[in-house]
Amino acid sequence: MALSEEHAAEVARMLQADHFDPSLWSKMMNVRGHSGFLDMNYVAHGDDWIELALPWREDLVGDPETGVLASGPIISLLDNATSMSASTRMKKFRPQVTLDLRIDYVRAAVPGRTIVARAECYQTTRSMAFVRGIAHDGDPTDPVAHAAGIFMLVQAPQFMKVK
Amino acid sequence: MVALPPYALSMGMFTDHDEDGAPVIAMDFSERNTGRPGFLHGGAIGGLLEMAGFATLHAHLEREGIDATVRLKPVNISIEYLRSGLPERIFAYGEVVRAGRRVANVRVEAWQADRTKPVASCWMNFLIAPKKGSEG
Repeated sequence: MALSEEHAAEVARMLQADHFDPSLWSKMMNVRGHSGFLDMNYVAHGDDWIELALPWREDLVGDPETGVLASGPIISLLDNATSMSASTRMKKFRPQVTLDLRIDYVRAAVPGRTIVARAECYQTTRSMAFVRGIAHDGDPTDPVAHAAGIFMLVQAPQFMKVK
Repeated sequence: MVALPPYALSMGMFTDHDEDGAPVIAMDFSERNTGRPGFLHGGAIGGLLEMAGFATLHAHLEREGIDATVRLKPVNISIEYLRSGLPERIFAYGEVVRAGRRVANVRVEAWQADRTKPVASCWMNFLIAPKKGSEG
């Protein structure tokens, strides 16, 4: 089976599961595609929150003079973590797409340090999930970024076109 | 010509062409920027928007003759996702709304085959800080 077909088959299985296991989801999904390329991994979760980590890497640097990580990988990490926090809160994997994501870069991340995103879903409606989160590089009280976003809950066929 | 940083290069971003003195940044679909199966990852689209934002502001400051003396720090970004990112080349182009002495505001749009159907757009604020050792 081609890589993309395997990926689609795994997501299809997740869509049918009657509960959402953030750790298992992370193990299956974060080895593939963009999250896999960035080496995202699961740290912890609670009722309506989840933590994901992203190790610093030279090829993800945004400023070669300082070695500071680009902000792109931080967007991706916060996108994944906030999205997963919605399914965590709803206790079921709900196909969703990002509608809106705002990120404030509070300070530059220290080169070499792993970035941890802690994301929380604070409200859901029939069609939307409202999320917020921070990213830090060791101390959650001294974040590098703050995020607020909205995910649109969609139907499975809209989420993934399976032939 | 604005040099793209390691992150942009490892994601496969490149300058497609210049338009009114600012670059159009492009990225081909690959495993590296795949989100849900068969679609671009929202974070990768965000990363591309940001690169186009940086590039257009650098080009603007270069025309003003001060690009070499300043460092750009992104302050915030707000992204609207308008359409799914399809498995094909994506482009992004930014416009400087205002560049003052300390802060600049930039708007960026990303599109695929049809430029009139944007995939995502964003605004960004940048802090324009003097480089160490140079007078800003």
